[in-house]
Order: sequence, then structure tokens, then C-alpha cells
Amino acid sequence: MNHPTPLPADYLDYPLRRHGMDHDRYDWSMLPQRAPVAWPGGARIALWVSVSLQWFPLNMKGQPFKPPGAMQTAYPDLRHYTLRDYGNRVGIHRVMQALTRHGIRASAPCNAAVARRYPSLIKACLDQGWELLGHGLDMDHLHHGALPVEDERAWIRQSLDILQEATGAPVRGWLSPAKSQSHATLDLLADAGLDYVCDWVNDDMPYPVRTVSTLQGGVGLSPAHYQHAPGQGVVEGSGNTGIAGSTGGASGLIAGRGLVAMPHPIDIDDHTILVQNHHTEDDFRDALIDQFNGLYREASASNGRIMAISLHPWAIGQPYRIGALEEALAHIMSHPGVWAAMGAEILDAWKAGGGAG
Amino acid sequence: MTLRDPGFYDHLPWDRRPTVLWPNGARVAFWVAPNIEFYELNPPRNPARAPWARPAPDVLNYSYRDYGNRAGFWRMFDAMQRCGVRGSVSLNVAVCQHHPEVIKACADAGWEFYSHGTYNTRYLMGMTEAQERAVIQDSIDTIRDHTGQKLDGWLAPALTYTERTMDLVAEMGLSYVCDLFHDDQPGPVKVKQGRLASIPYSLEMNDTIVYNVNLVSPRRYGDILKRQFDRLYQEGERSGTVMCIPLHPYLIGQPYRLAAFEEALAYIAGHEGVWLATGREIAQHFNTHYHDAFATAAEAIGEAP
Repeated sequence: MNHPTPLPADYLDYPLRRHGMDHDRYDWSMLPQRAPVAWPGGARIALWVSVSLQWFPLNMKGQPFKPPGAMQTAYPDLRHYTLRDYGNRVGIHRVMQALTRHGIRASAPCNAAVARRYPSLIKACLDQGWELLGHGLDMDHLHHGALPVEDERAWIRQSLDILQEATGAPVRGWLSPAKSQSHATLDLLADAGLDYVCDWVNDDMPYPVRTVSTLQGGVGLSPAHYQHAPGQGVVEGSGNTGIAGSTGGASGLIAGRGLVAMPHPIDIDDHTILVQNHHTEDDFRDALIDQFNGLYREASASNGRIMAISLHPWAIGQPYRIGALEEALAHIMSHPGVWAAMGAEILDAWKAGGGAG
Repeated sequence: MTLRDPGFYDHLPWDRRPTVLWPNGARVAFWVAPNIEFYELNPPRNPARAPWARPAPDVLNYSYRDYGNRAGFWRMFDAMQRCGVRGSVSLNVAVCQHHPEVIKACADAGWEFYSHGTYNTRYLMGMTEAQERAVIQDSIDTIRDHTGQKLDGWLAPALTYTERTMDLVAEMGLSYVCDLFHDDQPGPVKVKQGRLASIPYSLEMNDTIVYNVNLVSPRRYGDILKRQFDRLYQEGERSGTVMCIPLHPYLIGQPYRLAAFEEALAYIAGHEGVWLATGREIAQHFNTHYHDAFATAAEAIGEAP
């Protein structure tokens, strides 16, 4: 028999067993008790479509783990490289048509490599009036706990610079490749001037995220893994989100600008349902319809909800799949009180409508 | 080396048991067991198991679990209330400290609390007897202090064990466990001291297995639940059966999964001859009326162990 390794005596210490979360990134908050939000025009549902534009290098390392969609076979994996690139050449145009039919403008998390390699694709997105979100350098530059902070800062800066150069507009939102973060990612994103982040999947509505300044000597919350050591605290700086933090600490950490976490699902996602779960196209359509019906029932003119749909043109853009999206959108858009909007618009309406309070 | 089985129960064929009669002539004792859990972002290391699939910080999987308490629980709770079904909460007892609002909602609705360990990221493997006793005592004390209830049931945290687990929970006064999946009826568990029943808690019906392992669609899950119920209801006419639906609010509480679940729940609760019970109630009935008779019947069969 294999006997497991004995555990140290402090295995049963629970220093963070307290009201709320076991970290200080955001406050514990129950969905039914949120302040009501009001969407423009008295809408019940803000429909947010996210279309990720991604580039998977042929020689990707897949470290520290393979992101969804990574190369699979021995080098050179022409099969998966070209299947992913299919989305940027062909699939995206089917997605655009499906959305345009209903006047839906998408948010497009965009790898910097896509902006550099395919300016015509960026132009097509801008012609549609789409918003671009930072989505890292490419799908082989994952943000993760062992990434040095200054490397990560440079990756984020470079990603945003390339997107801003391509679009001529500031980037407000961010989706990390594979939703993977380091201990400092949130701090670095806030310091880089971003307003919202899409990586955390713990809510159906936006919520404020606390950050510390990495620009004033801080190195994120990494040493304590998102947690302030006892007796420490964050000195409030000129945070712009009105987030109350602990104060009077001796740690020297300065509060950062803060961010808002936007609800960007892993469930209502073409890759999850169609590729990972191997469900049928009809199942995908039904999942979107059931998600909408459930949220629509919960929502009212005085208590809005967000329905977010996460898409990848290399998955949903296949000819046999695109109809499922079209049918679901037809169902959703046939309802009164649906406001199709982009992430930044939803964020602004949420802040203006009292959600942040 | 001698090949082993767990040694917790004797072989007892389905067709050679005392007939089980549930209260009021019910055919099926039906219970729903929501796992109200807290997964720590940065738990201490247990060499036997990594807490997260990805390197720390695994914000995707941590936040996915957190969805259950922030959003999913409330949706699931409302659906169960609409169907008139009480929950038997499989509780990481630290939720009493982290999210007492969730505990209060369950307690006010008359739900039972049983223990699912302290956190779902603190595993029993490798614990000394003293450490394991401390975990069980923590559960007894915390549930009593926060809900006024006596702790009767156990489902090991993240389904992690030592060889002592069953003996210790029985000795410390618990009356049932949900960790054994060998039957559709309760059965006696052989322990050194105390009186312990195994109450069927199905992994096949468990939304974690259904959604995270078997990757089924929500409407298909509703169909699975109805099929399971239909057969247990049919067979329960001869001798009472148990059906459990173990849930995780981060999964079942997703908007697109709720309607199909609620429809199946209403279907089950709408049948005559269904005992809408809690784990404790089923265990009490079994331990009072059938525990000894089942043990005697198994001894008469005389098969392993």
C-alpha cells in the first residue's frame, strides 16, 4: 500500500477563514442583492457578443499549459495551425454577417499578432464599428504566476500599443489569453490604463476589482498571493472606482486605479460547448436560448442583466455551425428590451446607471 | 500482498433483502444534496493532490467555483423552493464564516446541513488521526454554532479519505455517510464503534460528473434525471429505493442549466408516493428499522468480506 506523505501540523491553520473572500481583490457580494442597473431605453438585457481574434504560432511552446486551441501534433502541426487560421480568413466573415443582420456590434479580444499580421481584418472590424480588446501578444504568451512582473508589464504595453496603433483609439478592455493571469496581472492592467477585465467567471454582472500600483514600487500582490499579510493594508491612492479598501497599513502598497470585472463566460462559449463538450449545433443553439430565457426572466426594466456570448471564428465560423448562432440570435433579438452593446458601452451604462454604487 | 476491498460492507444481493417500507407508503425516498463549497485560492500544499488544474493563481477555476456562492446558489435555491424540495447541504463548514448569508437562507428554509469537510481544498489524505479528528470536530462545532443542528452526515471533502475516516465519523456520533456508491438502498457500514448507514448519493446524477466529466448538455441532464427517477419509482413499488441529486451551485446555477433541472425536479416532486426527505431523515428511518435486519441478512449470505 502507498501511504500518503504526512501533513505538517499547520495544515489545519485557517488564517483567512473570515467573512467574505480569502483574498482582497474584490468584495463578497450576492447577485440578488446588487443595486439595480438601468440599461439605455429601459432594456432588460444587455446582449454582449465577444469574438476572439487569435493567432496560434506553429511552433508554440504551450507553457505553462496548452491554451484551448493549441497545436496538438508533432511539429509542424499544419492541421491545427490552419484550422485556427481559418477563423481569421473565412469564419470571421460568417460571424460578422450573422451579427450585422441584427445590428449587433461585437467586442473583439484581439491578439497583437493578429493586428500586426492581418491589418485588413482589423479594418473590417473597425468598419463594423467593433471595439477591440487587449488579448495579449498571441496564444503562446500566457500570463502566469511564474512570469516576471517586468516581462508581463512589457507584454501588456506591447499588446496595447500595437492595438492602439492599428485602431487609433485607446483600448479599454482586456481578456488574457486562456483567461490565465499572474498574481500581478490585474495590477498591471490597471496601471496600463485599462478599465475592464474579462478573465474572472464568478458573476453575471460587473463588479469592482481592487488593484495596487506597480508603478510606485509595488510588485503586485504576488508575495502574499492576492492577500495582505496581517497588519498590512493598502493606502488609498487616487483610485477612480470608488472602491473602499483597507487603509492605514504599513506595507507601503499604494492603491491602483482599480478595474471592473465584466462577466465573460466560459460556459456560453462556442469552444466549450461545440469543441470541448462535443455537443451538437442544435445543443449550442438551445444553450444560448435557454441562457437568454433564464436571464430575461430574471431581468426587468429596473434590474438589468447581461447576456454575454463568447465566440471564436475558428469554431463557430464553420459552415455547419454558423446557423446555430444565427438561430439563437434570431430568438434573442425577437424580444423587446434587448440592448445589443459592446463591453465598454455596457461598462459605462453600468457605472452611470448606479450599478457601481 | 493480500488484495483488499474496503471492508465496509458485506455482499447483499438486491433480491435477498428485507423489504424496505418508507413512511406513508412512499416508493422512493428522494433527496437533493447541494454542495455548498469554498475552494481556497491558495491552500496549503497536500502532496497527494494539487488543488487546481492550472499553475497558481488559477483564476479561471477559482472564479468558476466562486460563481456558485455569488450567483448560482440563489438561482438554484429559488428553483428548489418553487418545487417544495428541501436541501441537505453538503457543507464545507468554513462557508459558515465566509458566507453566513448563504447558510442563513438554507437554515431559514428548513434545510439540513451535513459535513463536506472544512474547505474543498483541504484533503484528508496524509492526516494523522488527531488531525482527522480535529477536522470532524470542527464540523460538529461549526454546524452546531451556526445552525443549531446536530451533525449527522458526512461526505468527505473532495472525496478524500484515510483508512480511519468511516470509523472516526461513526465514533464521533454521525449516523450516515454519502461516500459509498455501491447501492440504490441504504446499507449498514461496518465500523468499530457507533451505528453508521451508507445513504445513496449518486455520482451518476451528480452535476459535477455529468457536466465536468461526462460533458452532457443541460436538457440531456434533465432527461437523465427523469429516467433515473422513473426506474427507481417503478422498482420502489416492491421495496423502497433512494434517489439523490447531488448539486453544485456553480454548475446547476448557470442560467442555461436551470430550466431543464427545475422541470425534472418538478416532475419528480409531482409524483404520488415520493418521500421528499433529507439525508438525516432517511438515515434515521433506515437505522431504526432496517440497519440490523440488513446486517443480519448479509451475514446469512455469508459472502465476502
